[in-house]
Amino acid sequence: MIAEIGHFAMILAFCVALIQSTLPLYGAHRNRQAFLLIAAPAAKLQFFLLFCAFAVLTVKFIQSDFSLWLVTANSHADKPFIYRLTGVWGNHEGSMLLWILMLAAYGAGIAHFSKSMPDALKARVLGVQGMIGVAFLAFSLFTSNPFARIISPPFEGNGLNPILQDPALAVHPPLLYAGYVGFSLAFSFSVAALMSGKVSHDWAKWVRPWTLLAWLSLTLGIAVGSFWAYYELGWGGFWFWDPVENASFMPWLAGTALLHSALVTARRNTLHSWTMLLAILTFGLCIAGTFLVRSGVLTSVHAFATDPTRGVFILMILGILVGGALLLFAMRSAGLSLADKNVPFQPVSREGALILNNVFLASATATVFLGTIYPLVIDSFGLGKISVGAPYYNAVFVPLITPLLMLMPIGPLSGWGHSEISPVIKKLAMAFVLAVLGGLTVLIMSAGHQGGAALGVGLSLWLMLGALADLGKKIRFNSVPLMRLPENILKLPLQQWGSILAHGGLGVMILGIVGTTAWRSEVVQAVVPGAVMKISGYEVTFNIEARVSGENYTAERGEFSVRRGDVDVALLKPEKRFYTVERQSTTEAAILKNLAGHLYIVIADKTISDGMASRVVRIWYHPLVAFIWIGGLIMALGGVAGLTRREVKSFSSDNV
Amino acid sequence: MTLRQTRLLFLALGFLMLGVTAFIALTALEDNLVYFKSPTDIAESSSMPVGKIRIGGLVAKESLTKIGLENRFVVTDLQNRIDVSFEGVLPDLFREGQGVVAEGQFKTANIFVADTVLAKHDENYMPREVADALKETGVWQGNTSSGSQE
Repeated sequence: MIAEIGHFAMILAFCVALIQSTLPLYGAHRNRQAFLLIAAPAAKLQFFLLFCAFAVLTVKFIQSDFSLWLVTANSHADKPFIYRLTGVWGNHEGSMLLWILMLAAYGAGIAHFSKSMPDALKARVLGVQGMIGVAFLAFSLFTSNPFARIISPPFEGNGLNPILQDPALAVHPPLLYAGYVGFSLAFSFSVAALMSGKVSHDWAKWVRPWTLLAWLSLTLGIAVGSFWAYYELGWGGFWFWDPVENASFMPWLAGTALLHSALVTARRNTLHSWTMLLAILTFGLCIAGTFLVRSGVLTSVHAFATDPTRGVFILMILGILVGGALLLFAMRSAGLSLADKNVPFQPVSREGALILNNVFLASATATVFLGTIYPLVIDSFGLGKISVGAPYYNAVFVPLITPLLMLMPIGPLSGWGHSEISPVIKKLAMAFVLAVLGGLTVLIMSAGHQGGAALGVGLSLWLMLGALADLGKKIRFNSVPLMRLPENILKLPLQQWGSILAHGGLGVMILGIVGTTAWRSEVVQAVVPGAVMKISGYEVTFNIEARVSGENYTAERGEFSVRRGDVDVALLKPEKRFYTVERQSTTEAAILKNLAGHLYIVIADKTISDGMASRVVRIWYHPLVAFIWIGGLIMALGGVAGLTRREVKSFSSDNV
Repeated sequence: MTLRQTRLLFLALGFLMLGVTAFIALTALEDNLVYFKSPTDIAESSSMPVGKIRIGGLVAKESLTKIGLENRFVVTDLQNRIDVSFEGVLPDLFREGQGVVAEGQFKTANIFVADTVLAKHDENYMPREVADALKETGVWQGNTSSGSQE
């Protein structure tokens, strides 16, 4: 009975979304206050109803109510509590409901928090948001109903894919969806502005915090996903250029560009059309990503069960929403009436640097898009089956991103409007010299063999030191006495830390990427207990192996003692697990974690070696790898810091 | 700078970047494409494929042997067979009778030396390429939907 309440709440939410997507827009068009004011309460009601639906589904999963098809297909009564809970979104239907819930949450957020926004703009934004809600609620209700019943419920469920039985499932999808869905607001803001035909100069300031929130969620979501893949998939990679990863990376790249172009629009009252186009495309990429993941055109850990009707439905949503928005853009963008005149543009300025940022990010997005979509296009025309792997992405990404990274420290140090080159050079000279020295050191120490690593280390130092130079400028390092500096640092408004942390964090991340890519070492051996393996200064002894059993699995567990020099450092116990319900095995790596590097051990199959029954053991040493995720975290913190900026009334008042 | 000059600058910059990006991307794409072949495709082609390819099908029952780090198995679409050698750790979902995709090259005419082996992360599901290849040879009878409603 309670499941039907959840289903009914979804249907009601669909009806509310229908109202939200029509009446307020009509009201805004005809200037009817009564219709216009429906938007905010409708958005809140829609969120409330979806929250109820989601709560119901969660309760059903916790109760293990196998009369619900979704629970049967994806859960099991013996599953640990946390996985019964997170299992709600460990499947297509439930995760779709979470997606929609977040969409409604953003709508309710606008309705609640954006008090200073004119009613008409708010009504239009929420109206467009309502349309997206209608589309995805229809998708969920008609093709992916999470509340479908089974006539004769089984006694036990099928369980959850063991790979998903991990604490990271609790945060990875919600963060990712908060990112994807958050970009819907930028989309709605753009379409709303295009509908009204005019842009007030505060427009970009209302868009930016929501975009920032989406961006930081997506950054965290991708970082958690990368860390999860690293320790769970058992081969220590952090990024695979898997099409589904690309599905999240493309909106990230486009969203990063959007964040920077919105900054130019907010500060300089220019680039409106481009910012709107980027907003539309970014959300378009989010929907395209949803299509890639949920249509079954791809094979991946993220790809849910195939059902062609779903793919067609999402393509229709993509076509109607994004196609419609682009059409509107084509018709209206040239005639947008701006509240103020365009400011004359100087190429050597912060906005100039930000435009270059956009050019490079847009190009990078396009190349990732090409690599992801090309095999699908070729296949659908029956021209053969091909795959595009990491070598392609490495070949295109490095030349496109390197110039962008070189420009990154320059942007925040140059001034708005017009800027002289020489003070920027002065502030960055030290950083530049140290970065080049760092790169050269790597080149010399590797006897010229590791050009890529040298470039990477140089760029990483350049970004980190550039961020310090940014900080130095903001606390007036050169003009105040040393005694005053701590005080200046503490007094620095939090929002000022945004670019410092985001840019510096990327530098930290690159250090990790270079470390593990260039200096990783690996040992694979078939061994018997007692064997000793040496890797990167560690001495790893395979002591013994044993059978153990966990809550819902049995495992073969190896025990390894790790020594460095004459010191015992750790006892590592990697497992090869077999999940009895799902009849599936997983590899559980054991990792000795240090900032300097990770020692990563997995045990694999049994084999015969020299006539003896042995165990295949694989050990990696991943230098500096932790900095990848630490860097991601720092970047996201930069986003949080940026969020603390209060809504600024006018773009001329805050000149930094 | 006037607005007009700014526009021209943007336009020129945009086209330049478009050209450079297209050039880099297309060159990289051409160099790094990997084609997928089924065992029947291989058997029917007159010459041995050169360079890196992907093959896929089912892992033939009772074909897996392990010696030291080397795994030997047979990939079949139930019409033709390919002997595969792979040194390293097979993925968790690798199983005889299940779908598999291997990337690598023919070192000799009879042995495909794989450097990557992919098995689907969901055991009810077959890699799409494999399912299509099996459909083409007419041996496909299962459905790919892992959670079809009963």
